This record gives sequence, C-alpha cells and structure tokens, in this order.
Amino acid sequence: MGPEILRDISFHIPRGSFQFLCGPSGAGKTTLLRLLFLSLAPTRGLITVFGKDRTQILRAELPLIRRKIGIVFQDFRLLDHMTTYENVALPLRVRGREEASYRNDVVELLKWVGLGDRLHVLPPVLSGGEKQRAAIARALIEQPEILLADEPTGNVDPTLARRLLRLFIELNRSGTAVVIATHDLHLMDQVEARRMVLAEGRLDVHD
Amino acid sequence: MSTTDQTPAVQRTGSGAKTWRRPASIVPQRSVAGHALVIVIAIMTFLSCLTLGAVTLVRDTASVWQTQIAREATIQIKPGDGIDMNAALAQAQAIAAGFGGVRSATIIDSAATARLLEPWLGAGLNIEELPVPRLVIVTIDERAPPDFAAMRQALQASVPNVSLDDHRNWVDRLISMAHTTVMIGIAILILMLAATVMTVVFATRGAMAGNGPVIEVLHFVGAESQFIAAEFRRHFLWIGLKGAAAGSLAAIIVFVVFAWWSSRNLATPQADQATALFGNFVIGTTGYVGVLFIMALVAGLTAATTHFTVVSRLNGIDIGRTDHD
Ligand SMILES: Nc1ncnc2c1ncn2[C@@H]1O[C@H](COP(=O)(O)OP(=O)(O)OP(=O)(O)O)[C@@H](O)[C@H]1O
Ligand SMILES: [Mg+2]
Repeated sequence: MGPEILRDISFHIPRGSFQFLCGPSGAGKTTLLRLLFLSLAPTRGLITVFGKDRTQILRAELPLIRRKIGIVFQDFRLLDHMTTYENVALPLRVRGREEASYRNDVVELLKWVGLGDRLHVLPPVLSGGEKQRAAIARALIEQPEILLADEPTGNVDPTLARRLLRLFIELNRSGTAVVIATHDLHLMDQVEARRMVLAEGRLDVHD
Repeated sequence: MSTTDQTPAVQRTGSGAKTWRRPASIVPQRSVAGHALVIVIAIMTFLSCLTLGAVTLVRDTASVWQTQIAREATIQIKPGDGIDMNAALAQAQAIAAGFGGVRSATIIDSAATARLLEPWLGAGLNIEELPVPRLVIVTIDERAPPDFAAMRQALQASVPNVSLDDHRNWVDRLISMAHTTVMIGIAILILMLAATVMTVVFATRGAMAGNGPVIEVLHFVGAESQFIAAEFRRHFLWIGLKGAAAGSLAAIIVFVVFAWWSSRNLATPQADQATALFGNFVIGTTGYVGVLFIMALVAGLTAATTHFTVVSRLNGIDIGRTDHD
C-alpha cells in the first residue's frame, strides 16, 4: 500500500451545480474524478452516487449509471480506428440508437467545438487540442446529468479555452452538473463558480 | 452489413460535400494479430483434420484386416508311413465341406504346392517324392463361422496326421495389434486436439490483447457488457470460421487427392503395397463428419475464448469493486 492520496475529504455535488476542482499536479484530481466515476474504489470511506451507496451498486448496473455521467479523460481515450465523428457518436451507438436520428446533432456539436472540417479524420492525425475537443464532444453528446472533465482546456489556446468554457456553462444551464478539474487559474477567473481546492490530500471548498 | 460503400449518403457540411463511409466496426478490423490468428487457426485445424483422417483410415483398415483373415481356415495333412495322401485330402475336403458356415474347401494340388515351395526348393522337383505337408483351404462365411472345434474333432477321427488351423491365434494377434494401433491413433488425435484447443485459446487471447483499451472505452461510454462481448464474439467467430474453413478445406483436398491417387494407381506395384496396408486411401463418412466437427469446435472455441477474455477484462476494469453478482 502506498501513501494515502486523499483523506478526510467530504463534499457534495448538487444537481445542476458548476464547480472547479483545482490543485497542483499530483494532488489527486484525476484520482478523485475516477472515484466519482466508479472506476476506482476507495480503500476506505463512503461514496454515494445518484443517491446510491457505491458498494451497493451491482456490476450490471454500472453501464446505466455511466450513461448519466459524461467524462473527459485527461488522456482523451479516443478509439484510433474510428473517425472523429464516429468517436463522438459512440455513446449514442452503444445505446442502440439509429445513426440517422443523431447524425445532425453530432455534426452540429463538432462544428461548435471547431471540428467541422475534421469529421472524417482518424484521431492519430488530430492535434492534441483537436483530440481534446473531440473527447469533450463525446462526453457532452448525450447531455449527461453530470460532466466530469479532467483538464479539458489543457491543450488549447486561451481563446478556444474560453469557447469551451462557454460550452460547459451552456450545458450547465440546461441542467447538467459540471466538475472541471484544472490548474489553469486564468480559466477559473473567468467564471464565478464553486472551487474545490485539493492540496496535500485535503479538500477545501470555497463557495 | 449494409452496402453503403456503393451508395454513399452524401451530406453537405459547410465547406463542401463529404462522403459518409459505412460506420467503422466497433472492433478494430485490420490488425496483424488478426491475420496471424487466421493462419494459426488454419494450420491447427488442418493438422487436426489430417490426424483425424489418418485415425479413421487406420480404424477402417484394421476392421478390413480382421474380416479378411477370418475368412479362411487351413487343413494341413502331414505325410506319414502308409498314408494315401490323395485319399486323405479328399476325405478332409469332404468333411470340411459338410459343415455349415463353410463356403468351399479347396485342395491345393501338387502343382500348386510345388509352386508355393519353388522359392525355397527350386524348380523341377518332384513333389510326390518329398515328405511335404499338403493343404486344404476352407473358405468361411465370416458372418456365420463353422464350429471349428467340432470340425477339428471330426477330422482327427477319420484322417491321419491332420491338423486344422483356423488362424485364431493370428487373427487374435492381428485384432489386438489393430486395437493398439487405433488406440495410439486416438491418443495422438486427443493430443492434437488438446494442442489445437490451447493454441487457439492463446492465439485468440494474444489477438485480443491489443483490444483492452477499446473494451475500456466502450465500457466507459456506457456500453453494456453483453453488447461489448457480442461485438467481439461476432468479429472473432468470423476470424475463427475463416481459419477453420481454410484448414478443413485443405485437409479435405488432401483426402480427395489421396483417394484419387490410390484409385488411379490401383494396378501399380507401389500402390498394391500401399493398398495392402491401408485399404484404398478412402476417408469414410466418419472422416468428413469429423472434419466438420473440428471446424465447428475451433470456430466456437475462438468465439468462446473471446467472450471470456472480454468479460474478464470488463471485470478487471473496475478494480477493487466488491462483487455482488
Ligand atoms: N493507481 C495508482 N496507484 C498508485 N498511485 C497512484 C495511482 N494513480 C495515481 N496515483 C498517485 O496519486 C497521486 C495523484 O494522482 P492524480 O493523477 O490524481 O493527480 P492529478 O491531480 O490528476 O495530477 P495532474 O494535474 O498532473 O493530472 C499521484 O502522486 C500519483 O502518482
Ligand atoms: Mg490528472
């Protein structure tokens, strides 16, 4: 067992809320998001997701819970054998939706994040920022109840970062709770939002 | 799969016309590991089918040997003082022919006997002057063989210096040899199938290894385990079918070519030797049914291995989760 990365932390993410999760590199932001995403189990402590104790959630229920959570991984995790369009449409496809029913939505969202002319390109030839935007689009496409975004603006220029932030705010207005993990102070200064600061394993919440 | 390749739906998106390709399959298609897997499966299927063919061939041949040898018995009369050999032969022939289950009893005449002995004694011998045992060949209906013990008793009662050889010892030894051969063949077949099973399992797992991240992403975007497993199963069942079909087809071609070769060369000396040993290289129905069975086994195994690899990978993603199901 290594050292405890997170301890004595307690917080609640209300429905439709907007918050930044910040802290220096290695503070445990990604770890905390993985805990919320149920892809990591805490060695001790209680986590409740959508009103349900995580230990009471059956493996078979996980996909249905994950469908309510949009996640942007720090390392994107796009599928290299699918085009940008197909990657973004993947959450809809695995839900069994007909392609005709979502094609326009996907194209529109991709245009919004500035990938309108990169629809049919495979991820290996996308730039870092383009991959990041594709990953964000994939997390948003189903209008999740909560969005967990890990450094979503880490690879884009400030103008585009602002544009993406506006996208998150818009999403939040339509009812999605948003958690953005970042160490970009400039980005956080642009909106009045709750800040959850991680440092040395502890969490301070500034409302 | 629809054939959108031929009839691409075209959508105009700002900058210009874009061609929509058929959606990429969920499982990455072109991978080196996939090609290697097809080849490994084809080779192992081919070898298993050949082994199976050889075993059925040996088994069929062994049963042919048994019935052919059991078709004959030999009465032998040794010359002795004051024995009228011709009379004794005729009497033995008459006694043997009188038994039920005997098709015919033929005396090997002196000319034929001399021919039989020629290689050892040279030509131009007067066989009548030598004390050579003489034979009566009894042909038997192998489905209802005669009572050899009674025949032996009847012969010994009226013919001097007679003995009856029903080839029982020879047949018994041949049967046990044939059984041993078939058992060895089956053992080799079992080993071969076990090797095939393991090779297919490991090769499939190898080919699946690169798909871990794909499985994870599918899981994270909310795909149900059954959906993911079905996608991979379908893809790998296809790979398994391709490889297994290629291997079995090659094996069947080998069978057919052998059968053709042996029937074409039926009259030549080499073929006679081969035919004497193996019958005529014809793989029976069992062989072909077996080939189909092996093909289904290998393809099914590929799909099953894929399924379990996907499931165990999915179970491994959410590390540390306590399992309730
Ligand atoms: N699976 C793991 N096992 C052990 N230690 C881990 C594991 N994952 C992360 N850590 C450690 O936990 C600490 C926090 O990692 P985490 O990735 O959460 O940091 P972060 O805040 O996201 O940093 P960054 O801003 O660089 O992304 C790091 O010291 C890391 O080495
Ligand atoms: Mg991180």
